[in-house]
Amino acid sequence: MNPRNAGEIEKADGVGIAGNMVCGDVMQIFIKVNKSADGNNKHDLIEDIKFKTMGCAAAIATSSMITEIAMRKTTEEGLKITMEDVADALDGLPPVKMHCSNLALDALAEAIYDYFSKNNYEISEDLKNAHKRIKKEREYAEHLGGK
Amino acid sequence: MKIYLDNAATTPMAKEVLEAMLPYFSEKFGNASSIHSYGREAAEAIEKSREKIASKLNAEPGEIIFTSGGTESNNIALKGIALANKAKGQHIITTKIEHSCVINSAKFLERNGFNVTYLEVDRQGIVEPEKFEKAIRKDTILVTVIHGNNEIGTVQNIGELGKICREHEIYFHTDACQSFTKEEIDVKKQNLDLVTINAHKIYGPKGVGALYLRNGVKIEPLLHGGGHEKNLRSGTYNVPGIAGFAKASEIITKPSVERMRNLRDYLIKRILDEIPKSKLNGHPTKRLCNNVNFSFKNIEGESMLMLLDNAGIAVSTGSACSSHSLKPSHVLTAIGLPPEDAHGSLRISLGMDNTQEEIDYAIENLKKIVGRLRNLSPFR
Repeated sequence: MNPRNAGEIEKADGVGIAGNMVCGDVMQIFIKVNKSADGNNKHDLIEDIKFKTMGCAAAIATSSMITEIAMRKTTEEGLKITMEDVADALDGLPPVKMHCSNLALDALAEAIYDYFSKNNYEISEDLKNAHKRIKKEREYAEHLGGK
Repeated sequence: MKIYLDNAATTPMAKEVLEAMLPYFSEKFGNASSIHSYGREAAEAIEKSREKIASKLNAEPGEIIFTSGGTESNNIALKGIALANKAKGQHIITTKIEHSCVINSAKFLERNGFNVTYLEVDRQGIVEPEKFEKAIRKDTILVTVIHGNNEIGTVQNIGELGKICREHEIYFHTDACQSFTKEEIDVKKQNLDLVTINAHKIYGPKGVGALYLRNGVKIEPLLHGGGHEKNLRSGTYNVPGIAGFAKASEIITKPSVERMRNLRDYLIKRILDEIPKSKLNGHPTKRLCNNVNFSFKNIEGESMLMLLDNAGIAVSTGSACSSHSLKPSHVLTAIGLPPEDAHGSLRISLGMDNTQEEIDYAIENLKKIVGRLRNLSPFR
């Protein structure tokens, strides 16, 4: 196992955490973002991305892979990454591990949400709803004593 | 280096066991039910095996029923007793830390009208006799408690539980798959009515086990057929398996138990001393001689298992990620571990041939792997 982009980004522009202690995986994603010259935050570029994960080998692999896929992509492109994109890039995931892929997407969405809200950007309804759901799951995890 | 530390899952078959089995695959291939010389030869091997295994439990040869393994023996014990004694009562007592074949047999009986009490255990996995006695009702017909737990290694005082059951005239069954030949099992002294044992945990072949059934216990068979095993378990005899099982019952000797226990304690001490935020699960002393079970904070068991496997070290985990259900182990939950500790659990089960050098190698790798995964973890 040799995960890429493991670690933290100091003074990250966005940090996202997703996961659930009951299933045993918690992922954290850090992004460094370059603002787009056209002033459209959808075009802001994810210049650097790192992860920290507590979880099984598949969870570590999916979080590493999403950092590979999202690296040097715009925030808009980052939010369009699918579970299948991550699984395919890993040459497939067993069905029981597909949720790991989902969790990686959640952590990235949260990092982008965090970046948008810190900069007072407009946030789509989809991303707001995703944030509510992920936050609920995360709070459940913290309630169980993950930290 | 390749090191096998998952002996609670299964053990390699001993050379002597293989040799004891081989003739019954080829020249002594007879069906033990046949009357001719081929059959008699096979039947003789079975009866000798029966005597050998009975002697290990201080039982009579006629009280040993050969089966296909632990799962079948436990199924016969629960369902067979329930069916034969339902007129007397329909209540069964078991615990929250049983093997899934006992729990799922109990659930099957619940779906068919029986009542089951699943006893709590304490934080070290011990069934407390006072609580146990309180759970007994007028309509209780059977108590089943695992002797040595397969996950956390805790060993119950079956003699004490057996005595209570005998006083209340309730059948007492214990699943002794992990403890057979490692812990004392004396069916007379400990008042045991039914005992499940099997071969592949003690250097014997897979697919063979036995149920000790005290003379006079009322039970129904699950498999109906040609009337083998006093009509309690029909099916052509697995002669090589049974011969191998008998040989296997001689493999683990007192000195090898002592050796495993010393290695176990050495391993436990080094992990506690050298890996921070590690916690031993199960009982410190009332535990199987070869079981070590730890929880490591802030990391997950399956990733530990995979990295150890990459280093050639085979272990097991109670993490949900290793299961199909995505739920952490029911045993670790029953001893009160929060989900994150259950996810971060590792079971290391020693074999009689493991050396201190191997254990040292495993510890060095484990230290590195725990450190590496903690570096990856978002939690501190």
